[in-house]
Amino acid sequence: MDAAYNLARYLSRDPIAAEDVVQEAFLRALRAFRTYRGEAAKPWLLAIVRNCFHDWGKANRDRRGISEEEEDGRYGAPGRPIDDIHLDHDTPEVILLRRREVEMVRTTLENLPEPFREALVLRELEDLSYKEIALLTEVPIGTVMSRLARARQMLGEMLLPRVESGRKAQP
Amino acid sequence: MTGCADRMVLLHGLIDGELDAANSVSVEAHAKTCLGCAEELRRLKTIHGLVSAADIRHHAPHELRDRIAEFMEKATAPASARMTMPSRWPGASRLPWVAGGAGAMMGASLALLFAAPQFTNTGVQDQIVASHVRSLLESHLTDVATSNQHTLKPWFNGRIDFAPPVVELADRGFPLIGGRLDYIGGRVVPVLVYQRRRHTINLFIRPAGKPSPVTVTTRREGYSLARWTDDGLEFWAISDVNPDDLRLFHRAFALRLKREL
Repeated sequence: MDAAYNLARYLSRDPIAAEDVVQEAFLRALRAFRTYRGEAAKPWLLAIVRNCFHDWGKANRDRRGISEEEEDGRYGAPGRPIDDIHLDHDTPEVILLRRREVEMVRTTLENLPEPFREALVLRELEDLSYKEIALLTEVPIGTVMSRLARARQMLGEMLLPRVESGRKAQP
Repeated sequence: MTGCADRMVLLHGLIDGELDAANSVSVEAHAKTCLGCAEELRRLKTIHGLVSAADIRHHAPHELRDRIAEFMEKATAPASARMTMPSRWPGASRLPWVAGGAGAMMGASLALLFAAPQFTNTGVQDQIVASHVRSLLESHLTDVATSNQHTLKPWFNGRIDFAPPVVELADRGFPLIGGRLDYIGGRVVPVLVYQRRRHTINLFIRPAGKPSPVTVTTRREGYSLARWTDDGLEFWAISDVNPDDLRLFHRAFALRLKREL
């Protein structure tokens, strides 16, 4: 269930929407269990989560008539430029630094465009293989690889200077 | 300095463990001689380390878990009622491993995989973990050491007030090595001891408070736990084997039991 929620959360970038999406996904999974052919269960469920998310996205935009960009603004964090992330260099506790790093990585990840974010979450956080990701996101495996490479590159550009300066600032 | 453009994809493949042995070796060898690629690989490893850190994952809130557990239980309850007449359950023939009529297992295994790494009954869980650890530490694993169910089953007679089911699973890779009595949740309970490749699996059995078809496994202090109820009894299996093996154990146990009844 964490996998389902994690994906929904990173896709929707909204905790409430993520809950709705996951709940809907489990309902659908339950109904669809008869079509389940014994393949790996996790990609199967995550594919349902992904579909639910897309339906949710569509319904939401239709109903409220707002674009994704506007939505980003509403929820604050995702639209926030990386420079706004507050790094407190003074604290001596490594654990605190670690927590900041986590927040920073999360926020940066949320800022990646959707296809790249999706590929990276499935690969790095959910440990799916290239092949599973290709099936799940319905793109060729080559696309998965280039998305991952691009995603890591973007992430690296945004993150590495921050992380390194953050670590060096420690006494 | 940047790495060789044509090797970028291979570097990612190396990080992701998607390369075959020959390619991994050649990429690693190349990175040793090519400064650009070595630098890029180091960068990728740092990013990989940052992102794959377990704590950037979001965890499902408790309320959501509860809601889903609730409707899963509702949805699987009618299926478990049907278990008594397996021939009339149309889905059973389709999936060979639920052929035991365990329609509930469909929903249950869904729950098993995703629904609840957290148990509601933490107290019992703690006791089971503690008891498992104790059984291994104090070399008081079995009160009676036997691989024969017909020796073990009568041994429990008179020592506890219900008859726990005992099955042999050696042919499925889980040899029975004995049984003992333990103390969980304020009562004496039977424990069946199995092995999986030298790892010990303790199976606690007690009368179920309320029937619940939901089966769950989790990792708790490095142990996998599986819980299920069947025929008015609650089963808790615990071991340091991986959760997949424990699922296998649950399935083997449940199917064997169905056959013997």
